[in-house]
Amino acid sequence: MVEEEGIRVVRCGGSELNFRRAVFSADSKYIFCVSGDFIKVYSTATEECVHILQGHRNLVTGIQLNPSNHLQLYSCSVDGTIKLWDYIDGILIKTFRVGCELHALFTLSCAEDSVFVMINKGKPDVFQLASVKLPKSSSQEIEAKELSFVLDYVNQSPKCIAFGNEGEYVAAVRDFYLSVYFFKKKTTTRFTLSSSRNKKHARNNFTCVACHPKEDCIATGHKDGKIRLWRNFDDEKKYTYTCLHWHHDLVMDLAFSVTGSSLLSGGRESVLVEWREAAEKNKEFLPRLGATIEHISVSPAGDLFCTSHSDNKITIIHRNLEASAVIQGLVKDRSIFTGLMIDPRTKALVLNGKPGHLQFYSLQSDKQLYNLDIIQQEYINDSGLIQIELTKAAFGCYGNWLATVEQRQEKETELELQMKIWMYNKKTQGFVLNTKVNMPHEDHITALCFCNAEKSESSTLVTASKDGHFKVWILTDDSDIYKKAVGWTCDFVGSYHKYQATNCCFSEDGSLLAVSFEEIVTIWDSETWELKCTFCQRAGKIRHLCFGRLTCSKYLLGVTENGILCCWNLLSCALEWSTKLNVRVMEPDPNSENIAAITQSSARTNLCHEPRPLYIQKNICREEVLWGVFVPRDVPESFTSEAHQWLNRSQFYFLTKSQSLLTFSTQSPEEKLTPTSKQLLAEESLPTTPFYFLLGKHRQQQQNDKLNEALENELVQLPLTENIPAISELLHTPAHVLPSASFLCSMFVNSLLLSTETKSAEENPDDVDMEEEKESDDSDEENNFTEKIQDTNNTDLEEDIIHQLSKSEEKELKKFRKVDYSWIAAL
Amino acid sequence: MAGYKPVAIQTYPVLGEKITQDTLYWNNYKTPVQIKEFGAVSKVDFSSQPPYNYAVTASSRIHIYGRYSQEPIKTFSRFKDTAYCATFRQDGRLLVAGSEDGGVQLFDISGRAPLRQFEGHTKAVHSVDFTADKYHVVSGADDYTVKLWDIPNSQEILTFKEHSDYVRCGCASKLNPDLFVTGSYDHTVKMFDARTNQSVISVEHGQPVESVLLFPSGGLLVSAGGRYVKVWDMLKGGQLLVSLKNHHKTVTCLCLSSSGQRLLSGSLDRKVKVYSTTSYKVVHSFDYTASILSLALAHEDETIVVGMTNGILSVKHRKSEAKKDLVPRRRRPAYRTFIKGKNYMKQQDDILINRPSKKHLELYDRDLKNFRISKALDRVLEPTCSIKTPEVTVSIIKELNRRGVLANALAGRDEKEISRVLNFLIRNLSQPRFAPVLINAAEIIIDIYLPVIGQSPVVDKKFLVLQGLVEKEIDYQRELLETLGMMDMLFATMTRKESTSVLQHNTSDEFLENNKIES
Repeated sequence: MVEEEGIRVVRCGGSELNFRRAVFSADSKYIFCVSGDFIKVYSTATEECVHILQGHRNLVTGIQLNPSNHLQLYSCSVDGTIKLWDYIDGILIKTFRVGCELHALFTLSCAEDSVFVMINKGKPDVFQLASVKLPKSSSQEIEAKELSFVLDYVNQSPKCIAFGNEGEYVAAVRDFYLSVYFFKKKTTTRFTLSSSRNKKHARNNFTCVACHPKEDCIATGHKDGKIRLWRNFDDEKKYTYTCLHWHHDLVMDLAFSVTGSSLLSGGRESVLVEWREAAEKNKEFLPRLGATIEHISVSPAGDLFCTSHSDNKITIIHRNLEASAVIQGLVKDRSIFTGLMIDPRTKALVLNGKPGHLQFYSLQSDKQLYNLDIIQQEYINDSGLIQIELTKAAFGCYGNWLATVEQRQEKETELELQMKIWMYNKKTQGFVLNTKVNMPHEDHITALCFCNAEKSESSTLVTASKDGHFKVWILTDDSDIYKKAVGWTCDFVGSYHKYQATNCCFSEDGSLLAVSFEEIVTIWDSETWELKCTFCQRAGKIRHLCFGRLTCSKYLLGVTENGILCCWNLLSCALEWSTKLNVRVMEPDPNSENIAAITQSSARTNLCHEPRPLYIQKNICREEVLWGVFVPRDVPESFTSEAHQWLNRSQFYFLTKSQSLLTFSTQSPEEKLTPTSKQLLAEESLPTTPFYFLLGKHRQQQQNDKLNEALENELVQLPLTENIPAISELLHTPAHVLPSASFLCSMFVNSLLLSTETKSAEENPDDVDMEEEKESDDSDEENNFTEKIQDTNNTDLEEDIIHQLSKSEEKELKKFRKVDYSWIAAL
Repeated sequence: MAGYKPVAIQTYPVLGEKITQDTLYWNNYKTPVQIKEFGAVSKVDFSSQPPYNYAVTASSRIHIYGRYSQEPIKTFSRFKDTAYCATFRQDGRLLVAGSEDGGVQLFDISGRAPLRQFEGHTKAVHSVDFTADKYHVVSGADDYTVKLWDIPNSQEILTFKEHSDYVRCGCASKLNPDLFVTGSYDHTVKMFDARTNQSVISVEHGQPVESVLLFPSGGLLVSAGGRYVKVWDMLKGGQLLVSLKNHHKTVTCLCLSSSGQRLLSGSLDRKVKVYSTTSYKVVHSFDYTASILSLALAHEDETIVVGMTNGILSVKHRKSEAKKDLVPRRRRPAYRTFIKGKNYMKQQDDILINRPSKKHLELYDRDLKNFRISKALDRVLEPTCSIKTPEVTVSIIKELNRRGVLANALAGRDEKEISRVLNFLIRNLSQPRFAPVLINAAEIIIDIYLPVIGQSPVVDKKFLVLQGLVEKEIDYQRELLETLGMMDMLFATMTRKESTSVLQHNTSDEFLENNKIES
């Protein structure tokens, strides 16, 4: 069934959510945020992603609501276009082509026909604020070349520009000065802080600016943590400012509430500060938001705030400073030490998450499942602090055990090391700390692996360390008459000539343990912990080590730093083959005998017993690949061609240096996209009363006639009469609560007629056809979809939208094929 | 959002004996009182009635001691030869004892001369006991017989001649007046029923039986002999339940704790072992100076009395409970305030919403939460904390270091405060588990207070002590390294023979000292 095209590299989720300020819809029901080439629409109540607006061909850099129609959204992108969207249906309405790279977007309610954009001409560091006149036209693609410059030499970040007092002036900050441009007078006033003029190393650079919505007041944030409120700035001499100081590090963003009565500020402390009445004394805090606050935005209705954090998270906060929802993407704030792992239970991707946490990330739904707090200590976010890092983690015994290693090194000689072993608790469905080992080794732990053999009666864990030892930890019964307990204790310590142990790996059946000591691979018997044999290639330190699986279980593969891939035969204890290949990442597939190896420029899969790669994909991405993992498929595919066979059982995911998660896919882009572009608005569901079954359906049926025509080629499934809920409800509902019989009669008879009209159903879709359509499984989605339209009183527009839907969708999909992912590299 | 996470206090494994509720319970006795008897103490028996006096049989005398008296309050000494097995009746008013010459004598506690004398045994009577109806006495003797006597008319009722060796122990059931058990050197324990004239159950212990004990319910029988203690299920017809071999010499006496949860056994190997009667695992063990012959526990385990072969009677009294504070307590809210609303039963349609339990933070955590770092450090340096739980203090110092504010917290202290810090360092710097953290703190202190050194003699003295400590530690380390080198050489010679890699032993934690401290 799957059409076998070439294998392509595709991005799979984990996109950035915190690149720009998030924008609330007018009714605060939705929140929009830019995410790579897309704009994501989330529901503020349920945290679900409702739509993904796709159409830009490059990084989206700004979004704003259309001030003249709050159901529409403007967006601008580096590809030089401004697009207008209907966000409720997720449809592109118009495209304005400007022609130069756009870096930020601002809209003003007083200037309906023009928007403000930040453009970059000439030098890479010189940005200008310009106003673009958007011509009125009915066509979908419009040229908008009419640019007029407002301010020159502005900061790149949109946080450094703010429009004040209904568009009377615009304030921009850069380095040490604040410039205000008055639209009426067409003059620019420039202010500098007196202290920064003299001192050479002044730390009061401006970092962000916000304007009071009602009064002439500008708030600026500074690098030294101060917030200054400027007044009387229309006069260059008489201006005054007051200072608010709480932050001890730079102020990342500022925002006024809708009424202007309070000012919100945030920074690296991860504390949202609300300054009431612009007074230093009157402040409220919302602490421990988890990571640096990068952006703050306020909903137009004034009931919600939201903060975007550096750990790819958006927190939605109530007016009374209570966090109400968290939209969390793949945390990409920090470097990944643990590598990619798969939780055998949930099949979720597991890697470093928030500081001190392990994140479980669902690849199917592109959503974080949960965070496991490993370090369990208060996180102080401050520059220059050496934090405890979670460096290694491994799952064992079908997800029953999880071992983690954390370390903190302040000086060369002061290493704090801790190993924790967690047990899965079925009752609480989570991991519970079982054993804590302080300083398991005297030096850094380089590798950690569980023995995952099926028949092994005792659980075994091996750690290898730079101190030259590897330790075997086994699960022992620790119970006495007072309590039942199990714990892990060290069973064996092995070493080889004081070389540093660099890797360890168990064979598939758990009978052998391979430990590499720099250049030498040693094989140990896991029963007696005897050294069985050693392999040495003298080709540099071993970087990766793995045993073959299934039919190839007699082979052991090793990759050295000098770029040699070796394969040893364990039966003959000799080198089977070796090849010159500078492998960065080597990962075995748990379900087949394949092994994926990623070199500088290409990925290949090998079968163990031959040096010839099974499949090579060149130029998979421009940056270094750091980690990879095979994810078992739920349903195996059935590719027949030799090049695709390795993807049958598992899918290969890998993470690049800039921490974008990529995978190999054979599906065409359309197929890949369909599930995500599904329009789901599962928000308001009416109670399913008997009335709803009869009347609610009738109403939607009238509205949906047109929609139905578009879908008429779909297969129609006919439910049995007994299964039609309407009929059973009708028969089981007391007569006094039913509507009048005359009203029900025609519908009831129609629904009974259904079964006889099976053949004609496809040819002439009529009311009856619709009725059964409704009873099929997907009816809920459709219902809500139409009700949504009705709520927003846009029933007149409805027909047009539906007609456009198919056309525009097609167009978007065509464009999407050409999308270049180069912007990932630019991040 | 996530709440404040309290500081993780590093816990260290407790060295030596594991602390369990049993060790706490059995260690909660005062130092033993030693009383010298005339010969080996063969039997100690507590009266089950207040004031819980106990009878001690040693040589030809029986002494009755009061609970706290060191001198006997009464002595029965009219024995021609060695007396054995002085036992109180359940009501505590009569005492029966056997003797070497084969007589069994019954005494009134208040009187002096024997009330009754039961003649009939031809050899030494080592075991006597009252039956549950209080009117009969069971005796076992070296003439292989067991006899049942009637007290009112001092007549022999029954004689059992089933044993084929000395009968050295016996015990009557506390529930059934007709049942009693005897153990003999013929390796058997027999249960007799006075209603029939033969034994009803006989179990094979395997060694000469030295002591038997029936559980209060009568369902379980414990026998001791040789190195074994065996537990038999009488309700299953004498099936062996468990066999315990925890002593390495003959077990001579058995005793149950007053709750029935623990079984005690004393042995010639000078140990008393305490077993749990549910799992039959040893939960505690006492050591004595000589081989133990007899053992008894007072009501509510208030006193442990052990008699030994060297004639020493060791009496241990339980420590009295903590004194109630005499300060009038503040009036607390009434009980019903606390149960208000708590006893509401959930109805069928109700949805139960639990109030999130409030997390209790330690005082130092509250300070740290509010970034009052110096205050937090002061709090954990108070003697109550720094002496009793140094790991808490060290953990806080570590946390401050992690936050990068340790120098700020240590700075700006006056003489009294800095000497408190230095005292703590002197006490704990040499402990390997605290050393990495404390050496770092010591360095910071020296850096901070170097300019003001010499201003206070108290602080200077402490610095000198610290320096001496560090020098001593360096010497130790040097010696350890030397030893390690020697051991390595020994191992190296061994490896040549075995030609396998050698298990490296963990070296002791090496200190990383620096010379700064010596400044």
